[in-house]
Amino acid sequence: MYRYSEFDDAFVRARVAEFRDQVNRRINGSLTEEEFKPLRLKNGLYLQLHAYMLRVAIPYGTLDSRQMHQLAHIAEVWDKGYGHFTTRQNIQFNWPKLADVPDMLEALADVSMHAIQTSGNCIRNVTADHFAGAADDEIEDPRPTAELLRQWSTDHPEFQYLPRKFKIAVSGSPNDRAVTRAHDIGIRAVRGKGDETGYEILVGGGLGRTPMIGKVIRSFLPKDDLLPYMEAILRVYNLSGRRDNKYKARIKILVHETGLDELKDQIETEFTARRRVFPGVNQRLLESLNAHFAPPEFVDAESSEYELRRTRDPLFRTWCDTNLNRHRDPNLAIVTISLKPVAGTPGDATADQMRTIADLAKSFAHDEIRVSHEQNIILPHVPKAFLPRIHDRLKRSGLATANIGLISDIIACPGMDYCALATARSIPIAQEISQRFDELRLERKIGPLKIKISGCINACGHHHVGHIGILGLDRAGVENYQITLGGDATETAAIGKRPGPGFSAEELIPALERLLDAYLTIRLSGNETFLQCYRRLGDQPFKTALYPDSARKAA
Amino acid sequence: MNRIVRDDGFHPDDLEHGEFLTLERLEAGVEAPVLLQLEPDADPSDLPRHFAWISGIRIHFPNFTDGRGFSLAARLRQLGYGGRLGAFGHLIADQYSQARRSGFDEVVINELMAARQPESQWLAKSGWRQRSYQAHILRSA
Amino acid sequence: MARRFTPKIITTNDLLEGDVIYLTADGSWTRRFSDAKLFLEQAEAEAALARIETRQDIHVGAYLADAETGIDGRPQPVHFREQFRATGPSNYFHGKQAETGDVQVQ
Ligand code: SF4
Repeated sequence: MYRYSEFDDAFVRARVAEFRDQVNRRINGSLTEEEFKPLRLKNGLYLQLHAYMLRVAIPYGTLDSRQMHQLAHIAEVWDKGYGHFTTRQNIQFNWPKLADVPDMLEALADVSMHAIQTSGNCIRNVTADHFAGAADDEIEDPRPTAELLRQWSTDHPEFQYLPRKFKIAVSGSPNDRAVTRAHDIGIRAVRGKGDETGYEILVGGGLGRTPMIGKVIRSFLPKDDLLPYMEAILRVYNLSGRRDNKYKARIKILVHETGLDELKDQIETEFTARRRVFPGVNQRLLESLNAHFAPPEFVDAESSEYELRRTRDPLFRTWCDTNLNRHRDPNLAIVTISLKPVAGTPGDATADQMRTIADLAKSFAHDEIRVSHEQNIILPHVPKAFLPRIHDRLKRSGLATANIGLISDIIACPGMDYCALATARSIPIAQEISQRFDELRLERKIGPLKIKISGCINACGHHHVGHIGILGLDRAGVENYQITLGGDATETAAIGKRPGPGFSAEELIPALERLLDAYLTIRLSGNETFLQCYRRLGDQPFKTALYPDSARKAA
Repeated sequence: MNRIVRDDGFHPDDLEHGEFLTLERLEAGVEAPVLLQLEPDADPSDLPRHFAWISGIRIHFPNFTDGRGFSLAARLRQLGYGGRLGAFGHLIADQYSQARRSGFDEVVINELMAARQPESQWLAKSGWRQRSYQAHILRSA
Repeated sequence: MARRFTPKIITTNDLLEGDVIYLTADGSWTRRFSDAKLFLEQAEAEAALARIETRQDIHVGAYLADAETGIDGRPQPVHFREQFRATGPSNYFHGKQAETGDVQVQ
């Protein structure tokens, strides 16, 4: 894990002091609300529907037990005893008071954490594959690159007042678990001709009102060129991105309106000039950062206890089959702890649950914790021998839900239960879906399925890339839910298509039941996933299931 | 009356009555060193051949949330402009550090802003050199 | 044709607490929707809004929201967004519903 240098520590503490001063200056009138707003957003502070909300960065999703304990502490002292893990590897506290926020930031600084650039029109918290350093398909650990970008982008003087927010994701594996294709910049580790690693750079991806899949702007960027290349992209965007319409201000629109080739020329020109400033910098820094992320020393623990429990305990077996991923070391497993209990709020964890997770990580899992964009928690390095004990403890804390990748493992943004921008609620929809399909006992039969729900067109719930996406809208003062089908967030990324009109909250669950019934009937076998089936047959059979009346009329 | 903010605090604006030319006027040809005013959408790529004729440049910030001026300043410095460079328009004390680190020498504010955000609030940002990740990266490599 | 003016209340968020507040008839602030002043005249509502908008030291982002008179003769929200703001989130018993006893009509 990355350990703060003296510089990092002094920086975040100075930043806390600066924010404390800004809060005071807002209260005494030196700063207007208009001026204060971007400053508080850059420090993670929103004003939401019912209260302020503090969004804390978990850079590239990596935490240790000490930090998780501190999040639990913050939740109890300044919030209502829980936190909400988001789709961008952040945690949100929903109920802070303005005057307490500097103290919360101070508590974060005590454990080398911060809320810097988790919001606002700047480069946001850099995200990465949540299996980094553990996955068996990894070309390289994406976290040193992400940390380099964190440092470079933090309070970058040129890029604090961009036309709009700017999101960067890094993946080190051919299997894309970081949704790099839906980010303003996606960075993927690739091998060059001589087997050296470099980056593939994607630009202009993003969801929101105009969803777009990122385009390759450089198929191989030598590692040493990363920072000057990033500066070149950001400078061109900062100077030329649209500022007249906030829905057209993301870089994806600039790419679209300027054309990829023309934009690429502008970026390359800027890059040539920027490159002179960074001779050999990336390479040397990355080498020193690599040392921070060296894997722990894995021990060859006896795993007979694991095998034995598997044969005897069906609950344990089911959990293992659903919630474990292959680790690069065969003696270990990657454990995903589900924050999606039946009828629960996706991504929420109580302070006690956070402590349980922290203690498990410390005792059994090399003190490493990850947060995924799918709103779950991951223990990346677990010796198999410890799995039975971990499962027992998770069960006692309501954390042993065996549903990863299944229908109830839903991504849902806070929606109108909390978010000031929302047009409808998303949490109750997620709760109803998980409850209903649990009652029907259909979850396992349906198999891999990603449902993603957003409470407005901003698409924080990634609905466009859900196999089934749900978008909550306000139709003449009533909540209405639009469905999209066939979206995909991985390396085969696709934007889902809308099969027809939306549904009221009451109509939505029955419509989903019809949809999934149809899938179960028409799939080739139990092995054909919903997405594969949709890709094979197109949307017609699913349309018929969703809109039986209009299908009948047409017949 | 405008104030010029520098690392050591407020100063009267010595250029308050200076004549600032637009980029178009400069390109039409001048006979003595002039002051130049740039809008944030200016393209400075042709400017280096005029550098000898420029005694000072001010970049306009129409609104403090419009960050183009920061990149424009950095680009001017990258092109080799070594002369006096100021930011004017709507900037707040909290942007002083970014302005300095982007290549500005000074920020010009009006009387209202100077009253609402007095000198002490700008002086509080004068330590901008100590806390720059970008400088730290270049140093540590 | 100009749209007919529908009754409004004035609401905003408290600067320090961050929670939802409403303007009352005597010019003070309340945390209950039902205690808010109901404006029946557009000009009066807009003048009141303009007056309180200058008080940035108290609140953030004041606006007019539709309201109607309930059977108890007191104002109640029309749109579901205002209903949630007046009561709190639906997934936990937090916010106004826990603090003022105003419960969700759903
Ligand atoms: S998608 Fe909309 S409702 Fe959901 S969190 Fe984002 S802005 Fe809020």
